[in-house]
Amino acid sequence: MIEDSKLVVAGMEFGSRLLVGTGKYKDHEETRLAIEASGAEIVTVAIRRTNIGQNPDEPNLLDVISPDKYTILPNTAGCYTAKDAVRTCRLARELLDGHKLVKLEVLGDDKTLFPDIPETLIAAEELVKDGFDVMVYTSDDPLIARRLSEIGCVSVMPLAAPIGSGLGIRNPYNIITIIEEALVPIIVDAGVGTASDAAIAMELGCDGVLMNTAIAAAKHPILMASAMKKGIEAGREAFLAGRMPRKRFASASSPIEGTIF
Amino acid sequence: MQFVLNGESTEMSAGSTIQDVVNTMEVGTKRYAVECNEEIVPRSLHTKTAVQQGDQIEIVVAIGGG
Repeated sequence: MIEDSKLVVAGMEFGSRLLVGTGKYKDHEETRLAIEASGAEIVTVAIRRTNIGQNPDEPNLLDVISPDKYTILPNTAGCYTAKDAVRTCRLARELLDGHKLVKLEVLGDDKTLFPDIPETLIAAEELVKDGFDVMVYTSDDPLIARRLSEIGCVSVMPLAAPIGSGLGIRNPYNIITIIEEALVPIIVDAGVGTASDAAIAMELGCDGVLMNTAIAAAKHPILMASAMKKGIEAGREAFLAGRMPRKRFASASSPIEGTIF
Repeated sequence: MQFVLNGESTEMSAGSTIQDVVNTMEVGTKRYAVECNEEIVPRSLHTKTAVQQGDQIEIVVAIGGG
């Protein structure tokens, strides 16, 4: 058995290569159980205004997903400018007592939720300069991925397909090119729909996969979380094992010699 | 004194501090962070920072997201 290395992000080691979000669940209990079943160690959260008159007894997400147990990855979801993304990261750092790891995403359009690359590059530079460890959501463009790692992002996270679409890996060849040139861990972020999509991402050689809707929007989220864990592990092992070459024609599995006729 | 809290115009007595504003929000035991005029106000300064007329204050918490 080949001993797999750990996923290393910003000098921290993780046994799980599945990263999960906490959005779209029915309640905190379902969130907690799904995340537990996924085996994920890095868990994303969003940063939002408190509501005036909010119930103070309402359970707190960070009590359910404790920063003592999980590595919290605050995101900049919903930000459409570099400025808003940087502000959100600074608020997250204050909220989490100086925690430096953030997921940067600057969106360009609410129909596709594709990243706004010029704004993403500006925000990434500013955040890296300000001491953040930046995991960055980006398109599957290898040149942009390279540029983001050169800026100093600790992980580059190309989309497999639009956020929440569940379409699976739409451009595996770009993902392979990004992986081949990678200076930092490459984590597919967004677009997987089911366990086989996660396995394919890992078979391509990704260092991990980040997902939310594929688990939360399944009919049985907790079961899907468990399926994703296995998909990630199976894909990783298949990658390490090295798949057989594809051939156009058959090759018999049983010997030709010694047949009775 | 008028200021803007999470996008809404708010009135409090002059001399109120950031901590006084936080107390009106019923954040309970949640972790939160405060920004005033787009600058972070560190937790250690909440009781010492007076809110000024026209300040733009944001108080945020962590919620579910992907």
